[in-house]
Amino acid sequence: MAHEGDPNDPNRRDFIHIAAGAAAVGAAAAAAWPLIDQMNPAADTLALASIEVDLSKVQEGQQIVVKWRGKPLFVRYRTPKEIAEAKAVPLADLKDPQPDSARVKPGHEQFLIVVGSCTHLGCVPTFGTGEYGGWFCPCHGSAYDTSGRIRKGPAPLNLQVPEYSFLSDTRVKVG
Amino acid sequence: MSADHESTYVPKSAFERWMDARLPIIRMGADYAALPTPRNLNYWWTFGGILFLMLVIQIITGIILAMHYVPHVDHAFASVERIMRDVNYGWLVRYVHANGASMFFLAVYIHMLRGLYYGSYKAPREMIWILGVIIFLLMMATGFLGYTLPWGQMSFHGAVVITNLLGAIPVIGPGILTWIQGGFAVDQPTLNRFFSLHYLLPFVIFGVVVLHLWALHTAGQGNPVGIMIPKERLKQDTVPFHPYYTVKDGFAILLFLLLFATFVFFNPNAMGHADNYIPANPLVTPAHIVPEWYFLPFYAMLRAIPDKFGGVVVMFGAIFVLFLLPWLDTSKVRSMRYRPAMRWFFIIFVVVALGLGWCGAKLPDEMVFSLGEGSNGQPIGMNYLWLTRILTFYYFAYFLIIMPLLGLRETPLPVPDTIAAPVLDHDDAAKVPAQ
Repeated sequence: MAHEGDPNDPNRRDFIHIAAGAAAVGAAAAAAWPLIDQMNPAADTLALASIEVDLSKVQEGQQIVVKWRGKPLFVRYRTPKEIAEAKAVPLADLKDPQPDSARVKPGHEQFLIVVGSCTHLGCVPTFGTGEYGGWFCPCHGSAYDTSGRIRKGPAPLNLQVPEYSFLSDTRVKVG
Repeated sequence: MSADHESTYVPKSAFERWMDARLPIIRMGADYAALPTPRNLNYWWTFGGILFLMLVIQIITGIILAMHYVPHVDHAFASVERIMRDVNYGWLVRYVHANGASMFFLAVYIHMLRGLYYGSYKAPREMIWILGVIIFLLMMATGFLGYTLPWGQMSFHGAVVITNLLGAIPVIGPGILTWIQGGFAVDQPTLNRFFSLHYLLPFVIFGVVVLHLWALHTAGQGNPVGIMIPKERLKQDTVPFHPYYTVKDGFAILLFLLLFATFVFFNPNAMGHADNYIPANPLVTPAHIVPEWYFLPFYAMLRAIPDKFGGVVVMFGAIFVLFLLPWLDTSKVRSMRYRPAMRWFFIIFVVVALGLGWCGAKLPDEMVFSLGEGSNGQPIGMNYLWLTRILTFYYFAYFLIIMPLLGLRETPLPVPDTIAAPVLDHDDAAKVPAQ
């Protein structure tokens, strides 16, 4: 370069300004990250994330509510009539189409396990109310069917089915 | 009244002279007291002072409450009840703080409507207005965070619903929701950080209030006539802030405190909800969940939109549209005193805003009026959902359609050329046509 060593060379000066500025921005972002990430769930919060539920406590036609990850978990022992109703619904009628079989474990169709948190804004729907026999959310009027699928109201999605597995016929591990 | 107001302070004692050369804080106070202020300010202009007092009251009572409150899910509710029953004068401090929030919002809504009516947001006062909207947003955040702390049923489920609004944002929403809540639900981490932020934000508000006043003293105060006071008329058209407006503001503050005290001492729970005296239970939601009265208009708009994210956008849009107000209003006349057509739209706007609040307290399916039943047994008529939609449309139309168009088309009344003219002479000699 013709001006090598020239202190007035604009290219060298620009370069060092940009490099210093970029380093400062990078350092500020790196320093900010721990301050932001500390608000994410802490290790002990994540450690509490799975529970075991004894299904023998649930009566047919009823549900029990247990607390899981700070939210209610509905464990419902469905009657044959409720299962039949859930299966009979054509998928075209659903806002968030999902067959009943995708929401229960094969061979354990009587047990429906869903997170009891309305997919609209997180209120707790009430059991056995609403026009579809599942749940009804008192906050903004969302109605769910006996498979926990959204049928009416502002909620966009079906009640969430958590990750769970059967340890025995009467015991499940959720999370 | 403006930055070119020259200091008339003369240090009188040796101490004042010593201080004035080192930290001219006495000069600052004296200059504030001598501030030339338009002589025609009416009582709508006293709410700025009232708001400053409310901020100070909330900060003092809040600091005291924090000395006794325990931000833990197992102790929060009980610690609030302990404040009410066992702490000396705890009941008084808490009721002042809780009702103070309502009075603060009452005053801020009047203050904002004053600005809207008298065109206080127009050039050169855009920054005053924008800073004011920022203060309003911070107040809403602070009010929401504070309402969570007693950890009653309304506290808890209000926090669930409001934090879940963030979850409606596409793609990044769920991540932000977990980040804000500090877990998978509203729980101990949420309560603890809400307490921290609720303590912080009032001081941020205080800082923005300082900027708000700085901008006010730079651009100059508006006045009900809405004209700029020319330099040569500064002597005739202004009076010193003290004693004229310290006394006027003081009188208004006394009246406002009477109203405040009536709530605190005679009906302290009038603006609360009975459900919030039930400890938070994450497994059961109260049958009728509503926010505090000052959030009702925005809550109504949220519910009026059938789409989850759309509702959130409309609700926040109702506040963000205020940032654009100085550029949406095309009229050169500031005060609506001289805009007879606009005045009607303004009155309708106030009724609509109150109506939205009314709708927010009702269930969307409730009927406003019914014209009998249809063949399916459903009532025919108008429910609150549709009334809310109509009112929401007017709210936005006022800012986005009426303001820009009417400003160009209307014929304003003649605007006086001095603020003394409308008082001193009733003939039209001193008036010139606007524009």
